Amino acid sequence: MIFTIAARELKTLFLSPLAWSILAVLQFILAYLFLTQVETFTSFQAQLASIQNAPGITDIIVLPLFSNASIILLLVTPLLTMRLVCEERRNKTLSLLLSAPLSGTEIILGKFFGILGMLMLIVGLISLMPLSLLIGGELDTGKFLCNILALSLLVAAFASIGLYMSCIASHPTIAAICSFGILLLLWVLDWTAGIKGQGSELFHYLSMLKHFQSIQSGLLNTLDISYFLLFISTFLILSIRRLENDRLQR
Amino acid sequence: MSPLLIEAKNLSRYYDQHCAVNDVSFSLAKGEVLGFLGPNGAGKTTTMQMLCGNLAPSAGEIDINGIDLLDQPRLAKQCLGYLPDTPPLYKELTVDEFLQYCARLHGISFREVSQAVNLAKDRCGLNDVASRLIVNLSKGYQQRVGIAQAILHTPEIIILDEPTVGLDPIQIREIRSLIKELGSEHGIILSTHILSEVQESCSHVQIINQGKLILKETISGLNQRMNTSMIKVVTRSTMDLSVFSNINSISQIENSSDTSYLIHHANDSNPIEVIAEIIINAGWGLLELTPIKKTMEDIFINLTSEHNAEESA
Repeated sequence: MIFTIAARELKTLFLSPLAWSILAVLQFILAYLFLTQVETFTSFQAQLASIQNAPGITDIIVLPLFSNASIILLLVTPLLTMRLVCEERRNKTLSLLLSAPLSGTEIILGKFFGILGMLMLIVGLISLMPLSLLIGGELDTGKFLCNILALSLLVAAFASIGLYMSCIASHPTIAAICSFGILLLLWVLDWTAGIKGQGSELFHYLSMLKHFQSIQSGLLNTLDISYFLLFISTFLILSIRRLENDRLQR
Repeated sequence: MSPLLIEAKNLSRYYDQHCAVNDVSFSLAKGEVLGFLGPNGAGKTTTMQMLCGNLAPSAGEIDINGIDLLDQPRLAKQCLGYLPDTPPLYKELTVDEFLQYCARLHGISFREVSQAVNLAKDRCGLNDVASRLIVNLSKGYQQRVGIAQAILHTPEIIILDEPTVGLDPIQIREIRSLIKELGSEHGIILSTHILSEVQESCSHVQIINQGKLILKETISGLNQRMNTSMIKVVTRSTMDLSVFSNINSISQIENSSDTSYLIHHANDSNPIEVIAEIIINAGWGLLELTPIKKTMEDIFINLTSEHNAEESA
């Protein structure tokens, strides 16, 4: 049942130009950034060869690519998630789901996995670029996989918050703005921690960027993984609660 | 009597302070087509949304096919097909795609999906537009897709909120016959504010006003209420009214003009034959003799205004 909803969600995305244009724009920008990184690497290659323990191709090309991708996805995900529940409510199609033999959990998970499918496709396309380097070089596979994992967890967290905002908001634009605001706040939360004496443990822990970078560096830590999993499940549960609440009062 | 498909007990629903549905109880048995009548804002849609689990009642119980809707929503909803007042359509899909999706949502297995979709398309006359996008269909066809979606999984109970809105007369007739056909094997509730529609397609009728149930009647019972109680008579020359005084069933004669009369009589008798005989024998020149039916509108307006008067008193 979850799969049915997810499949329709994904299909609908690709029926509108939205998914295609997002894919195209993202791929274009990231390919450009990828190219500049490759360019940087080739110009420094000679010097790097003379340094002991020099950063490899993965550090110089893959890491910045995925960091850039995370920022761009932070901008893009709210656009993808804003319509999820909000639009159904506006078009009154939500009652189709509500009167079908489905639980709120199935509806929300279906929507979540639908959008996650789209985001995974984006992550997959991004990963293809470093893979092309295999033609002429070698990748640090472990680090590369860690980067993919980090980005996947990150976009899943983006999607969960976007989904929740879409459950709350009365208009897709509002949902997009709110989720964008929250994401950006969680992203920059850590910046105050940089100033000496003003850093807060809590802020440090809450900051998405910190956890993302930690996994990205190849350090697989239960703390970081559970941060993302907790984050995702919290917002999914909130979304389910919100949807059930629809029936109780209006 | 056949087993009850829906049993609603003391349903109430409040929106903040406003009471939309107030202590409504009713039941629906297999083979019944129940018409829900009421002026705008009477609580028809709210009641239907509660029956379909889209809205939780503030108080009361709903049993669907013997299953408590609030305790086991998933099981209960399997026996329900619902068409809301705005058909819930994903307009970017084609009719086929949409119906297939709905079939899957209602737990029809992969193998049976196409069969179910074909049956629903046949019943609602959608075969010609099956591969078109819903957004490009006319309102009438969109409404039909909505109905197809509600009957797709052959639920025991079909709930239709104003099913004939936006349809042309031919389509309305088709939908009515479809409802009759479905009514024989399912239980159907439909809401409408078109009174003739209730007469045409329902077996039972309920009138709801300001959240309260004010009439619950079978159609034959309603027809009884609507039975002729007036006869319009037009003659060429003026009648001598005293001749009618010895017919017991005539209660009153109104003179609307010199040669036209309204004869009131008791509900259970029909004096038309006698009246015609008298007029012809007297040579007054009978031009018109029409039984005037009390329309559904009359009853409806009567009941709702009575109710409103009671409320304000």
